[in-house]
Amino acid sequence: MYQAYTDLKSTLVTSATSLGSTLAQTLIPSLLHDDVWRGYEIVRAPFRERDPDNPVQPEVAMVVTTSQIIFVSSDPDHYPMLQEVRAAGRDFAQLADAIAPSEIVPVMVVEPADSERLFVAVPMIDGGARLGTLLLVYSRSALYAMFLRSALGAGLLGLVVLAILLPINWYWGQRMATPLVRLAQRMDEIPDRLPEHLEPELYNYHDELGRLFEAYNRMVEALHEKALLERGIVSAERLAAVGRLTAGIAHEINNPLAGMLTALDTLKLHGDLDQRTQRTLGLLERGLLQVRDTVAALLVEARQEKRDLGRQDLLDVKTLLQPAAAKRGVRLEVEVDVASLLPVPAGPVRQVLINLLNNAVAAAEPGGWVHCVVTSSDGNLLMEVRNSGEPIPPEHLEHLFEPFVSYRQGGHGLGLWVTYQLVSQMMGRIEVVCDEQIIGFTVSVPLERDEVTA
Amino acid sequence: MKSILPGIGNPAWAGNLGVRFGMTPAFLHDQHSLLEDWRHYMTRRLGVKVEFTQRDSYRETMDLLRLNQLDFAWVCDYPYLHLRHLVRLLAVPLYQGKPVYHSYLIVNARDAQSRGIADLRGQLFAYADPYSNSGYLVPRYQIHLLGEDPERFFKKSFFTWSHRKVVEAVASGLAQGGAVDSYVWDTLAALDPELTRRTRIAWKSPGYGFPPMVAHRTNVGETDFQLMQELLLGMSAEPEGQDLLKRLNLDGFSVQSPELYDSVAEMMRVFGEYDPA
Repeated sequence: MYQAYTDLKSTLVTSATSLGSTLAQTLIPSLLHDDVWRGYEIVRAPFRERDPDNPVQPEVAMVVTTSQIIFVSSDPDHYPMLQEVRAAGRDFAQLADAIAPSEIVPVMVVEPADSERLFVAVPMIDGGARLGTLLLVYSRSALYAMFLRSALGAGLLGLVVLAILLPINWYWGQRMATPLVRLAQRMDEIPDRLPEHLEPELYNYHDELGRLFEAYNRMVEALHEKALLERGIVSAERLAAVGRLTAGIAHEINNPLAGMLTALDTLKLHGDLDQRTQRTLGLLERGLLQVRDTVAALLVEARQEKRDLGRQDLLDVKTLLQPAAAKRGVRLEVEVDVASLLPVPAGPVRQVLINLLNNAVAAAEPGGWVHCVVTSSDGNLLMEVRNSGEPIPPEHLEHLFEPFVSYRQGGHGLGLWVTYQLVSQMMGRIEVVCDEQIIGFTVSVPLERDEVTA
Repeated sequence: MKSILPGIGNPAWAGNLGVRFGMTPAFLHDQHSLLEDWRHYMTRRLGVKVEFTQRDSYRETMDLLRLNQLDFAWVCDYPYLHLRHLVRLLAVPLYQGKPVYHSYLIVNARDAQSRGIADLRGQLFAYADPYSNSGYLVPRYQIHLLGEDPERFFKKSFFTWSHRKVVEAVASGLAQGGAVDSYVWDTLAALDPELTRRTRIAWKSPGYGFPPMVAHRTNVGETDFQLMQELLLGMSAEPEGQDLLKRLNLDGFSVQSPELYDSVAEMMRVFGEYDPA
């Protein structure tokens, strides 16, 4: 603020100096020839178009002789000619002392204390001699008023500009900063867990920022796919390991088991066993048979029977499942759209479809539905089984195909294990998708030969 | 260059270099459009190009006459008497019906007391022109009548070189008093009443012969003298001339004898400026 005032004052002094120098030069002949009227016309020239609000315009201009007498002034009413300068007021007396030295001095700015005037004294020099002084008298109060007005004006303008800029700033901040902050948060999360997509409504423009968000979303998608793939690989490897382990144990059990069952048979054939022994042997036999069944279930083997899958095999499955579905009040639909004979093993495929449909019927809520589509394309047999019902929780999905994992009352936990093993042995793939209301299994099994019999 | 306008069956202009007419502060000579119209009027009437030469002081116009650079001039009566051997009296304007005007002693409107030059002793005084009768000779003569020395009577005096500016000097307070041509002040009162209202006529002189139009004795032949005189005298007889006269605030022009200016000559004699020979 002080700087602004000083600037204003320096503007005034600059303007006064240039005005004064011009006037002083022009006034010299008038002073030399004692031509009062010409002198009056010249000092009055700056006041022709007087603007009372312009502080850079002097209040009065006057020519003062070396004997400190007013030669002529632009305001003869207040500063008549021939009057002594110091008689015009206390501040004028101080001024008169300041300009009294007759030597040649540069332009002088005199600001007497307790005066509301500011004087700019321009020496009038001709032929190396000082003939007099041109005095420009400025009103400090006009200067202050101007300063205040400009300061106030600047302040008000500032406020107006702020009032306009603030909402715009806020809007831009909202539009740009908020999405960026969200983006940064999401990026920070990346090392710990999979980031989420940014809501598309967060930044709905296709400018540079918009493209950044789109790229981010593409990256998130890629990360999710990668994670899914990794999980699939891990899961497949685990299942394969479990499969090898199970098969190994089953074989180890199967061999002595077969011997034990043969020994029991032999013993029963020889008869003459007392009641107690017979009961014990029965108990043993039933137990061993259960072990054998369980082991057999674990030791899934798509027996290499060479019978190809017929259309009828698939239609049979529907017939087999229909009673169970009707009992639970579930609508079962099976669409079969394949050739009459397909080069895939009939038994394992039937088993897989039966298992999946069994599970689907059991999982569908009463009044729900199960929908199965069997097609073939690109050298694959595709079986899709979908049912309505509660979705499978994500933590269950991870272990869905492992043995003895059952999330359903009454299940022994081997159905999907067996299904998985069968599909694996046929070099096929099984996938599960699960959303809000629909659970779906998709099985694809490669056809063994390229040719397809119509 | 000779050309005779239809309707003017008079002898043609003899001079062939055009007419050079000097205009002075004897009237409000800064009314440029009026001057231009008047010049066109003369050009058409005379069939010869008329040029007006304006100068801000009588002295300059007098010098031009002496240097044979002017054929005619409208000067103050005081310069006329100075130059009476060089110029002939061509025509004298009629102001308010008479070839007479006055000198006004004016003071600032705030000065309600002053009634004459005696009241302005020791003050600041504005003269119009050192060759102005009403604006210089008359007030000095009044001081002389008081038995005082006009050079010491005022604290300070100065020239404004025009009657209008005397009014401005007094109105602004630069001078406490001034002397002006009554014709100029009256005309100014109609044109710029704001200005004249800030002054007051403190004293009015007796009448003097009105500032005349003069013709150079050697430059202007008798025919041309007659033609110009007829033109001026005839202005009041036809509408266009009347319109110009109205704008000049004059009633017309008249032919007068040099004796009209005897009272001015008398004042000049007091200051040793008039030699009857």
